[in-house]
Amino acid sequence: MIEIGLGHYLTLAAIIFIIGVIGIFLNRKNVIIILMSIELILLAVNINLVSFSIYLQDLVGQIFTMFILTVAAAEAAVGLAIIVIYYKNKGSIHVEQISSLKG
Amino acid sequence: MLVHSLFFYFFSAITVFSAIMVTVSRNTVYSVFFLILVFVSVSILFIMIGAEFLGMIMLIVYVGAVAVLFLFVVMMLNVTEQITKRATTKGLINNISVASIVGMIIFLELLVVVGGWKYKESFVSLSDINLYSSNTHMLGNVLYTDYIHLFQIAGMILLIAMIGAITLTFNKRENVKRQNYFRQIQREKNDGVSLVDVETGKGIKIDD
Repeated sequence: MIEIGLGHYLTLAAIIFIIGVIGIFLNRKNVIIILMSIELILLAVNINLVSFSIYLQDLVGQIFTMFILTVAAAEAAVGLAIIVIYYKNKGSIHVEQISSLKG
Repeated sequence: MLVHSLFFYFFSAITVFSAIMVTVSRNTVYSVFFLILVFVSVSILFIMIGAEFLGMIMLIVYVGAVAVLFLFVVMMLNVTEQITKRATTKGLINNISVASIVGMIIFLELLVVVGGWKYKESFVSLSDINLYSSNTHMLGNVLYTDYIHLFQIAGMILLIAMIGAITLTFNKRENVKRQNYFRQIQREKNDGVSLVDVETGKGIKIDD
């Protein structure tokens, strides 16, 4: 308990991951919070990769974390751009009202 | 070792608390601030575990760029109007039940994986650490040699994301005078200047 090992970090990552997943389900307010939950999920994956990288003394995990960081930044930029034009067209970003693709 | 555990529990408690607050906070601006808090504490954890470069990159990229981007968008869109409308209670309860079922299943699966793992006693011992080259140095050695192509592709991804974001949000405004380079270069003396004889006292009408 007092000695911090890999398991502690993995548990922390699992908890953050679950919070992100639940956040996607729970959210009915706006899409921005869903994007933030996705960021949380990516962060949990990053924690996993970094702790395994330190634990196994292999730097590749940290390299991959950097790539995930890149993709997360790109995803956030494009997602927020989509949200901005959606708001400009429809005037609201309520999750429940976004149903144009339903047909 | 005791200090390490104390710091770990402190910062992971902050992380979990703010991650929960990100999802349940009613005001979106507060959610963004809690997201920043999550990133800061996780980057501190990274630095503590020995991945200093990634911790700093986390601070710069997430807190400096992504979170501020979120904040900009939240402030730009009128979300104060959004928070007054509340979701219906029935739908919310439905959501909570589905969310907790899915979350519990995934969490139990992860717990099985984490619990079934055989661990070593601790992380890197002090004798294993190479004191003559830092984390950043070693990362650079790997990143710029073995992973140079992936690194360049990551740059391309960022470029494409930038182009995509700009083209998505770019709107051409009417009635705005812009510089037209082609017309400017193609312009010749005959188009630009014309000599007109003006009669005295009558003046001249100039079109446009």
